[in-house]
Order: sequence, then structure tokens, then C-alpha cells
Amino acid sequence: MATLEIKGLHVEIEGKEILKGVDLTINTNEIHAIMGPNGTGKSTLAQAIMGHPKYEITSGSVTLDGEDVLEMEVDERAHAGLFLAMQYPSEITGVTNADFLRSAINAQREEGDEISLMKFIRELDGKMELLEMDEDMATRYLNEGFSGGEKKRNEILQLMMLKPKFAILDEIDSGLDIDALKIVSKGINEMRGENFGCLMITHYQRLLDYITPDHVHVMMQGKVVKSGGPELAEKLEEQGYDWIKEELGIEDETVGQEV
Amino acid sequence: MTVETKVALTEQDVRSYSAKMNEADWMADFRADALARVEQLPMPTPDKTKIDKWNFTEFPSHTVETAVFASLEELPEEARELVDVTQQKNIYVQHNNTPAFLSLSEELKAQGVIMTDIFTASREHGDLVKKYYMTDGVKVNEHKLTALHAALMNGGVFVYVPKNVVVEEPLQVLFLHDDAQASLFNHVLVVAETSSSVTYVENYLSTVEESKGLANIVTEVIAGDNAKVVYGAVDVLADGFTTYVNRRGVTGRDSRIEWALGLMNDCDTISENITHLVGDNSSCDLKTVVVGRGKQRQNFTSEIVHWGLDTDAFILKHGVMKDESSAIFNGIGKIEKGATRSNAVQESRILMLSEKARGDANPILLIDEDDVTAGHAASVGNVDPLQLFYLMSRGISEKEAQRLVIHGFLAPVVSKLPIEGVKKQLTEVIERKVR
Repeated sequence: MATLEIKGLHVEIEGKEILKGVDLTINTNEIHAIMGPNGTGKSTLAQAIMGHPKYEITSGSVTLDGEDVLEMEVDERAHAGLFLAMQYPSEITGVTNADFLRSAINAQREEGDEISLMKFIRELDGKMELLEMDEDMATRYLNEGFSGGEKKRNEILQLMMLKPKFAILDEIDSGLDIDALKIVSKGINEMRGENFGCLMITHYQRLLDYITPDHVHVMMQGKVVKSGGPELAEKLEEQGYDWIKEELGIEDETVGQEV
Repeated sequence: MTVETKVALTEQDVRSYSAKMNEADWMADFRADALARVEQLPMPTPDKTKIDKWNFTEFPSHTVETAVFASLEELPEEARELVDVTQQKNIYVQHNNTPAFLSLSEELKAQGVIMTDIFTASREHGDLVKKYYMTDGVKVNEHKLTALHAALMNGGVFVYVPKNVVVEEPLQVLFLHDDAQASLFNHVLVVAETSSSVTYVENYLSTVEESKGLANIVTEVIAGDNAKVVYGAVDVLADGFTTYVNRRGVTGRDSRIEWALGLMNDCDTISENITHLVGDNSSCDLKTVVVGRGKQRQNFTSEIVHWGLDTDAFILKHGVMKDESSAIFNGIGKIEKGATRSNAVQESRILMLSEKARGDANPILLIDEDDVTAGHAASVGNVDPLQLFYLMSRGISEKEAQRLVIHGFLAPVVSKLPIEGVKKQLTEVIERKVR
């Protein structure tokens, strides 16, 4: 079992504090969902864990099996077993999706132990079929001209090919129609198991209809303010967030604009 | 202060050089006439680059003698990487200033195709060369450097494709520079007659650390009616050169010229690539990639001039600037009065890899006709940190991520080069330069 532990995490962007002490522990074989209204720091948490260049950690810690993640370069975090499915994946012209994926897989392997082309293609074909992606998406430039839905599927394709210990999915459901949501969920559920832990960030209960979380957390004002089981998500779906605000005496749940 | 522009060579010198190279008499007169004009003519004025202190006129020696090659096997290793030694049947190699190797298949010879060094051409194909040499393309009296070129020309090649002949395999020319004292006043003349087609690829390969010489290079491509010329080039001239390179195209009716230029010099360079779309319904596609490093100063003018009706032009230039290098990208689409229904499109993009690098993309549309279409896009920027973050978040190292972004950025031009070995060379040069 592996553990990702976030303790007292404070994060600033351009001098403005967004996260004000987040505590969260995720083990493999667990799926966590973080919910909350817009502007409460959810995406910041995801980006800060992965090492987005704009976010500055002012205090707190993130460890993976005791190793200090915040000391690592972004690529080292990936090697350690972290993965972030981004809300807005970059487009890289001139680099095909397949070449990129192979570079990424080989970057995690020892020199001389590169994945064979045949094995790579077989695996890629299999995953693309499961995600109902057009064959030509392997040879297209990375995310260039992809529709919103295609980009999200491509993030999940990368997740499935790279097989990290922990995946953070930043609004993987936003902008997806119901069919695409089902496909993306199928991919994530395929990953579920003893060697995989996941943190899903979402606004919508709908995603949780397809991927049942083990733990649900609510973020407000840059902190996790409430945690529970799947029943918490259902209650939020029925009653919204106001009861939590009332319970905790919060008037404005946001911490300012999210980037 | 202006640099001394007096040329050390006299009329007697150019005439005796011409005689020594066994050129036709008309070429000796042509040189002498050009030399007489050098003094009075002004320097060229590349937009946004001041060159009055650059040395374009002083050089250690006009020609150096070097060895010829009995076979392609004898080429130095770096050169052999560019040439498919066993398969390439149509190739000319110039070693510094010496015509060093020539091979042209019997099949092409039988069809009347000519490829030979420029000196021999002036003698053996005098009428043809005289008709096209600095007449329709580059003129002697454009400025000081064209006149100087005409007077001192010391190398180059003549390629001629007769009417209706389609040359399937690319013709390759290698200019190998391995003597620091050598200067290159090369002249390339490519003439494709009506309904012919040819692909020409040249490499400038400089293997010295630092050159003491000048490069003053002129290329003229004459595409006859309904002809097609694909012109690929990879320039890798060493640091120390001062380079003026002028590549000019002229199209006939329904003809097409495609340029794919990898401008990878390590020296200060003024590059001018102009195509005149003279014939109706002719077109030009101009693709250029540039990498600047060190303290290189470079100026790249890419211009397509529309004279004929329904002419179509596309310019695509991508450049990467690192260290303290600077580059000006002048992209010019010019539509003359009467060039109805012409279309001029251009795109220039510069990627900066360091804070001290400078890049200026300067798109210009000069339109003197109403019924036309035109468009331009230009950008100058740094490697997007979010792109690097994205790639690195998948485990790719920062260096490799940067390499991927740069390659992707230059790929649209690199992929267009017509010979695999040359494409590979360009990719390797890019790797070396951006490392």
C-alpha cells in the first residue's frame, strides 16, 4: 500500500493565499472526491501537488510514502508515481500523441529497458479502443485541435498508459456529454485496484454516479471543511452547500478567483 | 565610420582568374564590367539591421586550392552522412573553391539534363548560361554586394532541365568548406524549361571551427511555363564568416517554386529570398527554419512579389533564438498593380530561449491591386512554461520537454525537405544548436 499525505498545506499565487491549511490522506485502493463550489481552491490543490510553476507553497507538506514531494522537480513527481489529469491540457504542435506517450513511458524506465514498439502499440490500441478514440488520434499532434471531450479522453489515455500510483483528476467531467462521461468513467474504473489511488475534483455529483468514491470531502475558503462517505455527496446533491455553510458559520465560501 | 569598401582585386586579377578557370570570354568581360561598378554602388539596406560596420569586402584570399575526390567514398565522414554514397547518382561536390566531384546519370544526360560546375558551364553551355546568368533573376547593379559577387564569383553550379523532362530523383549539391582561409562566392543557376520538373537540394557544410572568409552567395531559379522546381537547402556555415546569401526565383505561367530552407549558419548572416511570380497562375511556397545562437546577428528577408494574375504565395518562417543571438524576420508579400486575384499569405514565428536573445517578426503586405486576398500572422514569444509543466508532469525531463517543444515548433519546415539524409542532417544540426 502507498500513501499520499497532505498536511497543513498553504499555497499562494502571485502573493494571494489560496490554500489555507489543507489536510488530506489518500491510500492506494481508495477513491476520494473533493467537491465544492467554484473558487474554493480545489484546482489549486491539484496543481500545487503536481508542481505548477505559478503556485508557491508557503507552508505544509506533501509526502508520498514519506518522501518529500515538494522537494521534487515536476518530472520526478511523475516518476514517484503522481499523475495529474489537467483541466486544460496544453497543445504541443509537431509532437504526435504516440511519440509523446512513448517518450513519457520510456522516461520512467531505465535506459536499455525501453518499451518495445510492438508492446507499446498493442497496449495503446487496446486502451484507445476502450476509450472509443479514433485511431488517427495517435498520430495527431498532442491535443492540437482536439475537442474538449477528446482532450479529456486523451488525459485518461495517458493515465492508463502511465499507470501511476496516484492520479489527481481535475474536473475531468467538465464539458463532457453523458456518453463521453460514461467512457471516461469506464477508463478510471478500469484503473481501480490495490495499486491505484485517486483524487477526483469535481463540481458535480453526476461523475460520482459512475465512479463511486470511498471518501468525499468538501472544500471551502481554501480548506477541507467536511469529510464523509459517499452519502455526503448524495446529501450535497439534494441540499446543496448552504447547510454546510450554516453549520460552520461561513458566509463567503470562496478564496478569490481560481486560476 | 564606414568600412573600407575598396576591393583589393584589379581588373587584371579577375581576368586572369577567369582565364585560369578556363571560362568563356564573355564571362571575363562580365566580371570586369561588374568590378568597375562595385565602387559606386551602395550597400544593400536590409530592413532593421545596420550592416555598415559589417565586413563584406575584405577576405584573406580569393581562392584556395583543395583536393578533388575520385569517388564519394573519399568524402570526409561528416559529408558522407549527407550523401547516400551508393545510391546518389546525381551529385556535384565543390570542395572549398574547387569543383571536386561530379556524377550525373546517363539517363538524365540522354534527356539533355545538365549539371556541371559554373566555370565549365560558361564555356560548354555558353548560350544558355549567358541568357540566364544575372539577367532575369539577380542583377549585377542591384547593390555593391551583387556587383562584387559577379566580379569575384569563384564557384557554383549550373543545372538545366529541358522542356518536358521530369527529373524524378533529387539532384544534390554539396559545398564542403574545410579551409578557414576560403571565401565562397558561389553562384547557383537552376533553369527549368517549359513543363519540366526538378528537385534540387544543396548543403553548405563547414567543418572548420572558425572561418576567416566571406560568403557572398547568389542563387537564381528560373521556372519556365508550367515547370516545377523544389529547392531545398541546409546552410551550416561556421562562425567567423560574414555571409550574404541571396536566393531568387522567377516563375513563368502556371509554374511553381517551392523553397525549403534550413538556415543554420553560426555566423552573422544577411539572407534574402525573393521570388517574382511573373507568369499568370504561378505560385510559390517558401518555408524557412532558423536557429540562432551565441552572439550571432541575422536578418532574413523572405519576399514574394506578385506580377501575374491569379498568383499564389505562402511564406512560413519559424525561428528559435538562444543565448544573445538576434534575428530580424522580414516577411514581405507584394502585390503589383494588375496582379488580379492574387493571394499572399505569410506566417512568422520566433521562439526565444533566453532573456538576452532578440527576435523581431516583421510582416509586411504591400498591395497595389484591389481584387486580391492577403493575410499574415506573426508572433514572438518564449517557450510556454505551461507546455513544459504539462510534458514534465508525464515524467519527461525539462531538457527533453524543451527539445520536444522546439522540434515541434520547427517540424512544419523540417518535414518538407526532400532528401532523407538532408532532413536528418537538419534535425541533427537543430539538436546541436539548441542544446
